[in-house]
Parts: sequence; structure tokens; C-alpha cells
Amino acid sequence: MLRKSLPVLASLAAATLLSLAACGDSESSGGTAAASGNTIKVGVLHSLSGTMAISEVTVKNSELMAIDEINAAGGVLGKKLQPVVEDGASDWPTFAEKAQKLIRKDKVATVFGGWTSASRKAMLPVFERNKALLWYPVQYEGLESSPYIYYTGATTNQQIVPALDYLKEKGKKKIFLVGSDYVFPRTANKEIKAYAKANGMTILGEEYTPLGATEYSTLVNKVMQAKPDAVFNTLNGDSNVAFFKQLKSAGATASSLPVMSVSIAEEEVKGIGVDNVAGQLVAWNYYMTTPGKTNETFVKAFRAKYGADKVTSDPMEAGYNAVKLWAAAVQKAGTTEVEAVKKAAGGISLDLPEGKVTIDGANHHMYKTARIGVIQPDGTIKEVWDSGKPIAPDPYLKSYPWAAGLS
Amino acid sequence: MEALLSQLPIGLSIAAVLMLVALGLTFTFGQMGVINMAHGEFMMAGAYTAYVLQDWTGREAVLAALPVAFAVAGAMGLVLERAAVRRFYGRPLDTLLLTWGVSLVLQQLARDIFGAPNVQVRAPGWLDGGVRMFGSQLPYTRLFIIVLAAVSALAIWAYQNRTRQGRRMRSVMQNRQLAACSGIDTGRVDQLTFFIGSGLAGVAGVALTLIGPIGPNLGTYYIVDAFLVVVAGGLGRLRGAVIAALALGLLDSYAEFWTDASLAKVIGFAAIVVFLQARPQGLFVLRSRALT
Repeated sequence: MLRKSLPVLASLAAATLLSLAACGDSESSGGTAAASGNTIKVGVLHSLSGTMAISEVTVKNSELMAIDEINAAGGVLGKKLQPVVEDGASDWPTFAEKAQKLIRKDKVATVFGGWTSASRKAMLPVFERNKALLWYPVQYEGLESSPYIYYTGATTNQQIVPALDYLKEKGKKKIFLVGSDYVFPRTANKEIKAYAKANGMTILGEEYTPLGATEYSTLVNKVMQAKPDAVFNTLNGDSNVAFFKQLKSAGATASSLPVMSVSIAEEEVKGIGVDNVAGQLVAWNYYMTTPGKTNETFVKAFRAKYGADKVTSDPMEAGYNAVKLWAAAVQKAGTTEVEAVKKAAGGISLDLPEGKVTIDGANHHMYKTARIGVIQPDGTIKEVWDSGKPIAPDPYLKSYPWAAGLS
Repeated sequence: MEALLSQLPIGLSIAAVLMLVALGLTFTFGQMGVINMAHGEFMMAGAYTAYVLQDWTGREAVLAALPVAFAVAGAMGLVLERAAVRRFYGRPLDTLLLTWGVSLVLQQLARDIFGAPNVQVRAPGWLDGGVRMFGSQLPYTRLFIIVLAAVSALAIWAYQNRTRQGRRMRSVMQNRQLAACSGIDTGRVDQLTFFIGSGLAGVAGVALTLIGPIGPNLGTYYIVDAFLVVVAGGLGRLRGAVIAALALGLLDSYAEFWTDASLAKVIGFAAIVVFLQARPQGLFVLRSRALT
């Protein structure tokens, strides 16, 4: 009897695993204390488990650091900030559920959180329904502008378009697109294809792999046989490790096959192994090596808090910025009431680690400087090109004729 | 035609990975009927063993870690068997929940000890590069995994068929009561089986450091595939697992080449579902008169 039922059970086990692989434990700190008179509760909602934890835990850390800094300087409106940390578990419905919990049960003033576009899309209706604020700290594919979300990472025209401009300038005309199979890579690639069509570039192939995929030998073979000038990589999470390891062992090098990545920052470089990724290109708005006094202080403070071997990266910096920008808006509004904060936020400009960042009051995105970097053998990223001044955010690419008809 | 051939070594290398992650499971799941959801975390332990050893051995960590990871993961398996699983023999559903809980605990433990971000294990210098084969490069790292999978399978075969302990293991698997009546200490055999099965997971974990991410989630990426191979191959059948791994690896490599990665996964699952409809017991069926 036992033996006969085993295959059935095993299939059951496999199915359970499939659905639960991305689902993990949840963690909450200080979630029970009610909002008292002299604290303001803010939500911090990132994946602390599952495939995205590798990236999101670091953003959570920099957001908590910004909160600590604000508290050390006397808080906001004379009140201390009290973070309520929740785990989105790399699972999109969990993000929506936890967002609802933060807003309704903990009654937080705002939420900082999310990484993947799928998680943001899952949370968006929750925030719009509850008329609550979300600060989303990661570069994304654009074509969105919710009245209840502030986007402190780059939109397309501050990251992907400059990256394509750079490849075009370097004479890379034949491009192969590789991405994880979800909303960000698919939308980003739609934009890249429109750009390529208008700029005389050819797209040799477009491949997607499931989030968390670890087997890339077939994909690498396809890329090698297509012989592109460059690969545009929108893989996310752990898959990058497998992709670069297997690309390198198949004989590709940064000079024979440059890869432009938009989701690999300093933190990911360590996990991939510098050997496998040195010399490759990345596009962001901030690197740990970005010059300036504010960044020096930021890096020093982060290392003092979390360890001398820690690195800072673009999404971490954008998360840190989100907290600082929200605090400035609350200070200006004189209240944490959402509509008043939104009214006050437009035009706020702060000197942050990446340089000057200004909130666009109309589309809720930031003015940011675009930067292309090359990964160095020591794991840092060296800037090789920048846009000179902060680029005005254009999430719907309205100012680009080739993008007409995309949204 | 060239594409057809160039995917062949790739299919073989995917098969070798599948085989390596499934071999340990043919012991604990196949022979003992324990659905061990923590099997993937034993692989993770093996991978982290290589990471820790790297401080002393430098780039040769992968080789040095093979026996150490076998012992470390094996010991973890032994503790799990003695402390928990043996109280649940004959209750597969409870075992499933138990070991799944253990796997979550182990993942969190790894996160607390080593941190959530991935770590790196540098591959030995002699594994750089590869051989050109049918228009694609077969990397030495893949060749190493193919050899390791083949050696492991051979060693298991020899153990089961040529040693006294191995024969005892098979007799307990085929008919537990009769084996016990014949004076075999089935409890000890269970311990040893679990030790070897878990140890093999550790060995697989070391090999996986060459091709994939090394982090707390490592186990979750491979465990489903491992179960599929064992179920499709027929429980407890080494030969079945080897053939199933080969078939799935080749199917995956060609399906992905002609379609895409997401669709290839669907095709793989669909093939297994159809196959199990026709042969619910897997490729090779163990016939026994035992009243189980």
C-alpha cells in the first residue's frame, strides 16, 4: 500500500514544492505596538526569503539605515520613525497581502518596498484602493505612473535608453536579448526592439527563462551560434549567477561578447564571482565609486553599520533616497497625511549619494543622472560614461518618436 | 543538423546534473520511501562546505570538498533520521511535512550563518576552458560533472551489488519483515542508507558550485527535478534513475533549443505526466511479494 501510493505522493510533493518554492517565512519587528503619540510607523516590505532575497535584503538594510539617521537627527515633525519590517517572500500575492496588512493593521504612514515589477504591479491596486503611499526603489520598465507610488529608481529613459545609446555609440549593432520571464524584461525588450528598429540595430534573438532558472547551457549555445555584437541582459536574481558562470565556461569573454546588464550591481557581482563577470557592462544611476562627499559619507555609514566588507549599490541608494525624500516631503507638508505629502513632494530636491535628485510632481519619478559602468577585477564598478546632468523622467517615453505606440 | 549535434553534449551535461541531484534521492526516497524535502538543503550544505574549505585550500576547494561534503551532508541526514524521520516510518504524508519544515529551518540557518546574498566558490584553474564538440563548447566544468555523475552511479551500483552491506540494504528494501527475521538489523541498515543518500546530496552540492548560484535557496532550484527523475525512473531503481535523467536532460536541451526555456519546462512536465499515466510505477518496477 505504502509503495503504491508513493509516486502519487511524490507528484503531490513536487507540486507543493513548485508552489511553495518561492514562499517562505515571514518576519515582523515591532508590529504589535500601536502608533503612539511620539512615533510614526513606516512599512518596509521586501523579500527577505526566496529567490529575490539576495537583492532585496540589502535594500531593506539601507532603508533601515536612513530611518536610523533620521531618528538620530531628531526624527520627522519631532516624532521618531518606527519601521515595521515585512517579508514579501519573492511571491507576488504575498506582497499584496503584506501591503494590505501594513496599511490596515499597522496603519503605517507610508511603505518603502518591492523590487521586481511583478511585486509592484501586485501592490499597486492595494495602495490605490487604500489611498496609501508606496516608495518603490528599483529601476523598472516605465510605462506606469500611479498617483500613489513614487519611483526613486530609474525609468526607461534614465537607464535602458542611455545603455542602448552607449552600445550604438560603440558600434554594437547586432543585439541578443536575454531576460527572466516576467513583466520587466518583457516590457523592457519591447522598448529595446522599438529603439533598435529606429536606430538601425538588429535583434538576433530574444530569450526568456523562468525566474530562478539555473540551467543556461542551451541558451548560451543559442547566443553563441547567433554571434551577436552584444547581449542585453535583463535576467533578475540568482539566474544571473548561473548565466554568467555558464557563459564564461562556454568560452565567451567580455571582449568577445560584451553583456550589458541592468539588474547587476555591486552586491550581485560578489555572488556571481568577479572572475565570471569582470569587464562586462552595467547601466545604473549610482555606483559605490560615484564621486562626492555625500556618497563617501553614505558608504562609510553603511559599512560602519553592516560590516566593513559590505558594498553599496544603486537600488540600495535609491531605497535610502526614498526614505530621505519622503521625510523631506512630510517635513514640508507638516503632516503625514497622504494627499498633503503628495502636494508637498513635487519639486523637492536633495543632495543624495548619486548627486542631485529632484522629485517630478507630475509623474512621481525622479530626475536622475544615467551612468554606464564596467565591472572591475576587484568587484567595484567604474563609470565609463554619464549623462552629465540629471535626466528628466519620461516613463511613457513621450519625447521619443520611436516609442510611439508602445504603451 | 549542426544544431542537432551541438545540443547533444549540452543534453548530456543537463542529464548529468539531473542524475547527480537525483542519485541520493534514489536511496532515501526510492529505497526507504521517505519523501525527504530537506534533500535540497543537504545539497546546499555540500555547496557551503566547498565555500568554507576554500579558505584553506584556495581554488582546489571543489576537489577537497567532495569527501568532506559527503561526510557533512551524510551526518546531517543521519541526525535527521535518528532524531525525527524514524519516528514517522510508514506515515509518508507526515514525513513530507516534517522534512519540509526541516528544509525551511536549514535555509534560514544558512541565511543567518552565511548571509542572504550568494557566495562564490572559485573553480579550480584546470577546469577553465573546454573541448569543442559538434560546433559548441563542452566546458571542462560540465565534463567534470558528467564524470562525477558516472563515477557516483558506478560506485552505487558496486556497493549495492558487490558488498555485504549493499545486499543487506536491498533485502531490507525488498522485504523488510523477512530481512528482519533473517537477523538483519533493519534499524542500522536504515541509518546507513540515509547516511549515504544524504551524503550523495552533499557531493551533488559541491558539483553545483561550478555552474550555479551558491546561496540559501540552492536546494529549492533542484529538488523538484530530483524527485521527477526518481519517480520517472521507478522507485529505488538506479538503472531507472540513470535512464530517466538521460531522457529528461536530452528532452530539455532539444525542447529549449527549438522553443524557449519556459516552454521546455512545460514540455518536460507534460512528458512525465503522460509517461506516468502509461507506467505509474516508473521505468523499472521492483516486484516483491512483501506485504507492504
